[in-house]
Amino acid sequence: MSYSFKEAMNKPERLTGGHRMCAGCGAPIAVRGVLRALKEEDEVVIANATGCLEVSTFMYPYTAWKDSFIHNAFENAGATLSGVEAAYNVLRKKGKVKENYKFIAFGGDGGTYDIGFQSLSGAMERGHDMVYVCYDNGAYMNTGIQRSSATPRYAETSTTPLGTASQGKQQFRKDLSQVMVAHDIPYVAQTTFLSNFKDLHEKSEKAIYTKGPAFLNVLAPCPRGWRYATEDLMEICKLAVETCYWPLFEVVHGEWKLTYKPKSKLPIEDFLRPQGRFKHLFAKGNEHLIAEIQADIDRKWVELLKRCDI
Amino acid sequence: MAIRERMSGNEAIATAMKQIHPDVFAAFPITPSTEIPQYFSSYVANGEVDSGLVLVESEHSAMSVCIGSQSAGARTMTATSSCGLALMWEMLYVAASNRLPITMALVNRALSGPININADHSDSMGARDSGWLQIYSENNQEAYDNFIQAVRIAEHPEVQLPAMVCQDGFITSHAIENIELIETEKVRAFVGDYEPAASLLNAAEPIAIGPYDTVNYYMEHKRQQAEAVKNATVVLLQVAVEFEKMTGRKYGLFESYQLEDAEAAIVIINSAAGTAKATIDAMRAAGKKVGLLKIRVFRPFPMNEIRQALENVGAIAVMDRSEGFSAAGGPVFAEVRSALYASEKRPHLINYIYGLGGRDVTTGHFEEIFETLLKIEEDKQSGEVYRYLGVRE
Repeated sequence: MSYSFKEAMNKPERLTGGHRMCAGCGAPIAVRGVLRALKEEDEVVIANATGCLEVSTFMYPYTAWKDSFIHNAFENAGATLSGVEAAYNVLRKKGKVKENYKFIAFGGDGGTYDIGFQSLSGAMERGHDMVYVCYDNGAYMNTGIQRSSATPRYAETSTTPLGTASQGKQQFRKDLSQVMVAHDIPYVAQTTFLSNFKDLHEKSEKAIYTKGPAFLNVLAPCPRGWRYATEDLMEICKLAVETCYWPLFEVVHGEWKLTYKPKSKLPIEDFLRPQGRFKHLFAKGNEHLIAEIQADIDRKWVELLKRCDI
Repeated sequence: MAIRERMSGNEAIATAMKQIHPDVFAAFPITPSTEIPQYFSSYVANGEVDSGLVLVESEHSAMSVCIGSQSAGARTMTATSSCGLALMWEMLYVAASNRLPITMALVNRALSGPININADHSDSMGARDSGWLQIYSENNQEAYDNFIQAVRIAEHPEVQLPAMVCQDGFITSHAIENIELIETEKVRAFVGDYEPAASLLNAAEPIAIGPYDTVNYYMEHKRQQAEAVKNATVVLLQVAVEFEKMTGRKYGLFESYQLEDAEAAIVIINSAAGTAKATIDAMRAAGKKVGLLKIRVFRPFPMNEIRQALENVGAIAVMDRSEGFSAAGGPVFAEVRSALYASEKRPHLINYIYGLGGRDVTTGHFEEIFETLLKIEEDKQSGEVYRYLGVRE
């Protein structure tokens, strides 16, 4: 079925308004974008790793989630949802549950790349029929912007502060999407928010309605951590894609496919400049730091094109 | 008719699980409880049960799966030991606070470090404040009987708490002894169906589990949880009465053995109680008034009942198979002594740390302890309170 922006946006929201996420935050946009891909008649159980999303959407006695929802801990959304899915399979066979259920986990990069990685890896390997969605904002934002393995090199965070001996984070980010591809699961995709949300919608739909485990990595900027004006969210995402910082691709049963190729790849400065966390890179004498980042992006882009047979 | 069999404590637990037939079983292997998931996997492989089997990559995930599964309305079980329980620690508290009646077979083993695979109680004693019910077992029969009862106790509407059934690693988990099994249909009828009040998979009434709980509510939630633990005492005894009707085997919060007129007594948990009973029989034959109190239920802690049972004894040794590192004695000692504080009579009380990391404890040791206690009773002097048994100094 072809994507209709109007139709998708007119579906009833499964994450309601009135939650406490910041203006300009990518996480609830990622959640709504994914949940819009659910058929209205399908039930879903949502698991959520501890993080901004959890504490801001489910503060006792209020919840912003219309579907069944479970938050367990920071590092175990994958295992927790495995348990729910295992229970569903048994109870459905016994006739105790009649409805058709889908299972979707949401975790930030902290709960996914780092502390929750083992739990995620185990869940994917065991083949549970679920989608794990990482909303990647590139740091531990809930605890106050500490570095994660998803934080890009030279970003300033509260644990990679600038100083006379430091220019921010020392390491490049972990390529988790590729690690998930190595799990040989039926569907892995990398996406973010672009124009009419077609890319996010279609990938979510494939992830949800492909049998077996699926992983979606959604770049979901954080205005507090990245320090951009809240209204610039969509522009930041676009620049992430156009500079090839965050390429859009999907891997279906091991087949790599680039889902968007920028007409002319923009220099990385365009992505870095609007963000306060990279401000120091534009100081005189720091040109070589940006060159390092550019070289890393160029190398990875060439590798990706090769994988996608382009 | 009851079924006479011979099996290890691990097989006894696995048999109880097979008979109960849970919806989901999730586990990660660790010595000495590994055989339990092995047995259960073979039941699944042979089609004897059609439970969902989730073989995870760690104990942390095992408990996380149990929490997800039980929240989804499935009767869920697991088994572990030692460091496995330690890795579950964080999730034990979540399971209890979410009021999920998961049942766990815990095969007691020393915690690392240094690494040691043998029996002691440092694992379950460390988890004593996690909100789980704790039921201890002297032998394979008790492990089996306790596990079947634990499902009923945990799932009771006034309780709704997870329960761990403990037995000693190797000593009972691997020793093959006679056992009387209950017919499967009777076990199934005894435990009944699991009908949770709410579940993630009830489409008519979706629920959200695991909120961020603010200052305004957290304390009330903890109070409710504490009330449920208190309720468990009554439910434990009700279930024991029904169990006795079915099997003729009687269970209480603890077992008193030759305690009625005892001048000297020990308080003990799990397998070493059997060794102590042999000593008591021999000493009683020689006219010495010695006895024993074996704690079956450590959580909830039967504070008043233990006080009543012990306050007329002259001298008591509380046996701890784990070090609490309080520099003032082990955890069982601290709680038993606290129970006796409310008594006018206040018997002489000493504490022995014994059997750590599987160190043998013999009838000779118990004889030595009882003689020491009889001397304390005679002299009215406790001497050193915090003692070690069978250690090279």
